[in-house]
Amino acid sequence: MKITIGVLALQGDVREHSAALEQPDVQVISVRRRTELAQIDALVIPGGESTTISRLLDVFELREPIADRIKAGMPVYGSCAGMIMLANQVLDGHPDQRSLGGIDMVVRRNAFGRQIDSFETMLDMKGVTGSIPAVFIRAPWVESTGPDVEQLAVLESDEPSGDRIVAVRQGSLLATSFHPEITGDRQVHHYFVSMVREAVKEKS
Amino acid sequence: MWIQYDVKNTVYSSDKGPTVSENTNSTPGLTSENATVGTARVKRGMAEMLKGGVIMDVVTPEQAKIAEDAGAVAVMALERVPADIRVEGGVARMSDPDMIDGIINAVSIPVMAKARIGHFVEAQVLQSLGVDYVDESEVLTPADEAHHIDKFGFTVPFVCGATNLGEALRRIAEGAAMIRSKGEAGTGNVVEATRHMRSIRSEIRQLSVAGEEELYAAAKELRAPYELVAEVAKAGKLPVVLFTAGGIATPADAAMMMQLGAEGVFVGSGIFKSGDPAQRAAAIVKATTFHDDPDVIAQVSRGLGEAMVGLNVTELPASQRYAGRGW
Repeated sequence: MKITIGVLALQGDVREHSAALEQPDVQVISVRRRTELAQIDALVIPGGESTTISRLLDVFELREPIADRIKAGMPVYGSCAGMIMLANQVLDGHPDQRSLGGIDMVVRRNAFGRQIDSFETMLDMKGVTGSIPAVFIRAPWVESTGPDVEQLAVLESDEPSGDRIVAVRQGSLLATSFHPEITGDRQVHHYFVSMVREAVKEKS
Repeated sequence: MWIQYDVKNTVYSSDKGPTVSENTNSTPGLTSENATVGTARVKRGMAEMLKGGVIMDVVTPEQAKIAEDAGAVAVMALERVPADIRVEGGVARMSDPDMIDGIINAVSIPVMAKARIGHFVEAQVLQSLGVDYVDESEVLTPADEAHHIDKFGFTVPFVCGATNLGEALRRIAEGAAMIRSKGEAGTGNVVEATRHMRSIRSEIRQLSVAGEEELYAAAKELRAPYELVAEVAKAGKLPVVLFTAGGIATPADAAMMMQLGAEGVFVGSGIFKSGDPAQRAAAIVKATTFHDDPDVIAQVSRGLGEAMVGLNVTELPASQRYAGRGW
């Protein structure tokens, strides 16, 4: 069965996510309108500037319809800015900034610092085999998670506050602090597509 | 089209950045041994995240907040917008660090700042201030008439201007992680931006249909390294993100540049030299996202008040044309 995955195309690295999602049974479309939202089985919220994406969600009246689809169980994957949009609570955000919510977690925006602190590393993540390259760009981290949230990847830290959670899953929602879409390694996207296949199968 | 960022096999990659463990201030408490800052992937990736967005020139923290509220993906901190540099004349330099600090503290979006062409110490200062991107810019008075900054020596990424493909590739060869077409800054006249974007895109198209044996001659004509020429020919695009700049004053200007192949827009004087900056800024952001939808552009173009007063580029003497600076 063919599945349709949308990439939210208000701003950010839409093309990279679209390319990483390509598979024989997957149709990828850009989503900027409610009519496009209605066509999709799952959504990816790309990397970008979360304040800009949040503002454009309001301007083009996409916030409520997407939040409703999330509540109804649509699978969503968010990387970096997308992780911020999926958090139930955001720290260090712009005062007007609102997330869509969905994952019971507190995310701190720009937690790893400014661009000169941005880095790449190899990372172990549950659900994928071996280490994957992970690029962190002015990246957020997950400060804390609720009981239903599975932590998929952490970066070790010697700070008293402990290791940094950088990938999580709750039900059909997936979020990473980092950007697998710009590395050429598609394992995280494959993981998400299999989540979508399961969700679509359950529904039908 | 998918471009794989295979940094290790790229001649122009930079892995000179210090590891995070050496630089404990930068990444709080991270102990991962193999975490590396300042790689080509990290620098170019930052620009990928700005795509589809608008970067706005601001000269005060208040303007920076207006830009952020309007949906800018980043702000460019500078002392005078290009239109004022034109009027006031004199040597235009990097901004006062206090002013840049003020803007960094005022907003949560990325902050860029301009250094003079070839002025590597201004760039060092900007990196030390923690700006997120350095624009080695022809809008400021050049500090070196033969050499651009060696951008591989920095952790902070650089954006550089270009009027054609050869110039873009020479900047990338020096380590630029993002390119913007130059246009003619401070004029409110989009004609040069159009010329430069069309030129870059058309030269890329020519390369993508050229035979492999033709690429050597093409590299010579473009005065650019063969490896980069071959990479562009294969991918059909630059290896870094391509924005547009210089003369964009209206939502329709921004949308036209996006339709001509820009991946995002720099707006300089066009916003804060107009009648209603907040509304114009928000309108340009919306038009950039919906650049292919005339209904949206028509809607956001209504009631914006006065656009900035424009200048006829053909009437500018050669000494006052910024696009000719750099080579």
